[in-house]
Amino acid sequence: MITKEKLTHLKQLEAESIHILREVAAEFSNPVMMYSVGKDSSVMLHIAMKAFAPAKPPFKFLHVDTLWKFHEMIEFRDNRAKELGFDLVVHSNPEGIAMDISPFKHGSKVHTDIMKTEALKQALTQGGYDAVIGGARRDEEKSRAKERIFSFRDKQHRWDPKNQRPELWNVYNTAIQKGESVRVFPISNWTELDVWQYIYLEGIPIPSLYFAKERPVVEYEGTKILVDDDRMPKELRDTAKMEMVRFRTLGCYPLTGAINSTASTLPEIIKEMLLSTSSEREGRLIDKDQIGSMEKKKIEGYF
Amino acid sequence: MSTKNEKIALDIEAYLKEHENKDMLRFLTCGSVDDGKSTLIGRMLYDSKMIFDDQLSAAESESEKYGTTGEKIDMALLVDGLQSEREQGITIDVAYRFFTTENRKFIIADTPGHEQYTRNMVTGASTADVAIILIDARKGILTQTRRHSFIVNLLGIEHVIVAINKMDLVDFSQDVFNEIKQAYSELADELGIKNTYYIPLSALNGDNVVDRSTQTPWYTGKPLLELLDSMDISKEIKEEDFRFAVQYVNRPNLDFRGFCGTIASGSIKVGDEITVLPSGKTTRVKSIINAGDITESDREATTGEVYAPMAVTITTEDEVDISRGDMLVHTKALPRVSNSLKVMLVWMDESSMQIGKTYDIKRGTSVMPGVFEHINYKIDVNTYERTQVDALDLNDIASCKMVLTRPIAADKYKENRQTGSFIIVDRITNNTVGAGMIVDVAKREEETKVKVHREYTQAEIALNKYIRENFPEWNCKEL
Repeated sequence: MITKEKLTHLKQLEAESIHILREVAAEFSNPVMMYSVGKDSSVMLHIAMKAFAPAKPPFKFLHVDTLWKFHEMIEFRDNRAKELGFDLVVHSNPEGIAMDISPFKHGSKVHTDIMKTEALKQALTQGGYDAVIGGARRDEEKSRAKERIFSFRDKQHRWDPKNQRPELWNVYNTAIQKGESVRVFPISNWTELDVWQYIYLEGIPIPSLYFAKERPVVEYEGTKILVDDDRMPKELRDTAKMEMVRFRTLGCYPLTGAINSTASTLPEIIKEMLLSTSSEREGRLIDKDQIGSMEKKKIEGYF
Repeated sequence: MSTKNEKIALDIEAYLKEHENKDMLRFLTCGSVDDGKSTLIGRMLYDSKMIFDDQLSAAESESEKYGTTGEKIDMALLVDGLQSEREQGITIDVAYRFFTTENRKFIIADTPGHEQYTRNMVTGASTADVAIILIDARKGILTQTRRHSFIVNLLGIEHVIVAINKMDLVDFSQDVFNEIKQAYSELADELGIKNTYYIPLSALNGDNVVDRSTQTPWYTGKPLLELLDSMDISKEIKEEDFRFAVQYVNRPNLDFRGFCGTIASGSIKVGDEITVLPSGKTTRVKSIINAGDITESDREATTGEVYAPMAVTITTEDEVDISRGDMLVHTKALPRVSNSLKVMLVWMDESSMQIGKTYDIKRGTSVMPGVFEHINYKIDVNTYERTQVDALDLNDIASCKMVLTRPIAADKYKENRQTGSFIIVDRITNNTVGAGMIVDVAKREEETKVKVHREYTQAEIALNKYIRENFPEWNCKEL
């Protein structure tokens, strides 16, 4: 008889996430996992590989490529798909490509609307997915703190924050009509620290952009961004300086602020995070437009 | 704080080592904005460094717009999530917040306190191990205190911290504290709440939140955070309590057929004899995969013994029929199997609950139709008075008789929160319209048939006859 044996908090979180993923696989006919290449996606992929072992995850992995992601992210994505053998689907908005949308020319709002929000809706509609698994965490942003783990979306992919289904115990309501869907957030209860600790303990591969290195950066709209290709306007590129920087989140390179750092190992990153005085989303230009902007974006269909 | 930061700065590896072995505690905060609930949570998050400078400066700019504390930063604005809430200054929905100490990760279910949000509080309470009930020292025990305590007890929370707040407004009077403590302990006895803890607080000024207050030299207990950090909430894991709801059948090829699920309680090892419920077939455990042990290089790692709340995959010696929704248990300790259950319901929908209407009942991983045949009584959450009613409205709590279309292996909620709980789903709107807790399970002979009041067409009767005559192995009943 085992008495009073307890799982550590990370093992409890892991078990909870596995439970959620299996519930999705069992209850939905066409689920998909969003794979954005970042650290949270890496954790989700790792957990999905565990949940169905010795089999592979019984769903596809979807990457919405805005075509402005860091180059390294795309390489990393393709390598992981090959190594682990998961089923990767990549989608970019063809209308956005035709319009040659650029965050530098059209601004972050237009770029995000067309290449991210619209592209996501297109990919979900085309794929006909009834459950979309995402890596959002409740500690990231205030409106997310109130979102359910199984979060209902109507036929237009919209979220109604005032009319959410009650979610009790670990019993999830998965009932939907045709055309409706749910967003599922298996790592809702993880914090940024949990994610990093788990990556460290489990040895999960992540893109090297998270680690500090000498990189060419320019000052742009109040943050430092990486010179990742020559689509950056020349006058901006000409101001580039080499600095020791790293990224706390990964997204579109013109919209993702670098931080000055010397943290080149996981323990150093965790140390820096613990001693830091700003949240990880600070480097994300998307949140700061207006108060409650993430809540607005979610209502409109941005995950 | 500073000693923690020193440790991080000096030896991060040692710090990480310590944090690997943390456990987790989920707690619920009950109270309204007037009691200083959001302020208390804001204080805990801020003092444990879960609020960053950019969030603080956002709160500062919002304080000017919506704040109620004048010059000071409104801690409540740090935690009130949705824009409509910030404007109205109330907390409508359940919000989950997180902070950590060296010993524990904490998940706070922050729920609204007003009566019209009883369902939200029930939701938050369903996963909590501990409840903090806030009492305004100037007001003492109010109707809402009785309501909150009732719900906390109903949802099976065994540890209640009574936080007597706003002590600064009663000059940190020991007499006031003792009076409230005495009054609450009577309430706790009335309800049967097992473990109570009392703390004199000022959330606004931080007295007895993180550090012991110099204002309350008469208080010998721990400050709130220290109490949360050290209280023993562990439960014994007894092997025979093993309950495993089959969640997913993993069949990648003909050689492997594994039953995936999360262990609700107890433990199991390779070779144990198990029974599949409700069918009653028996077999033995052939192998166990603990999903947590799987690595990229070893995707077939197996283990000998597993326990709650691990997520595992079990294979069996014999090819018995096992599917999603079945319950695996030890053959030596079988639970009752029945389709007739006495339950406590919390109704959570605007449209009222109707006796005799068919709802989908989701318990664990099984979903089946069921009806509520009878409402034994409705209970008033403020006065605990029982009344006879014919239907249940939003936020009503009642004892009912539930009859399912097929039997399930069931435990009483107070003995097993995982297998004793269920949600109620409307078959048309798909909304979660209620939540329930099993109080008692009828013995087999008392099982009742579902009374379905419907007329069948000639075609349906013919179909039934055709199935009975041609597919006897389906065990189809005659209409």
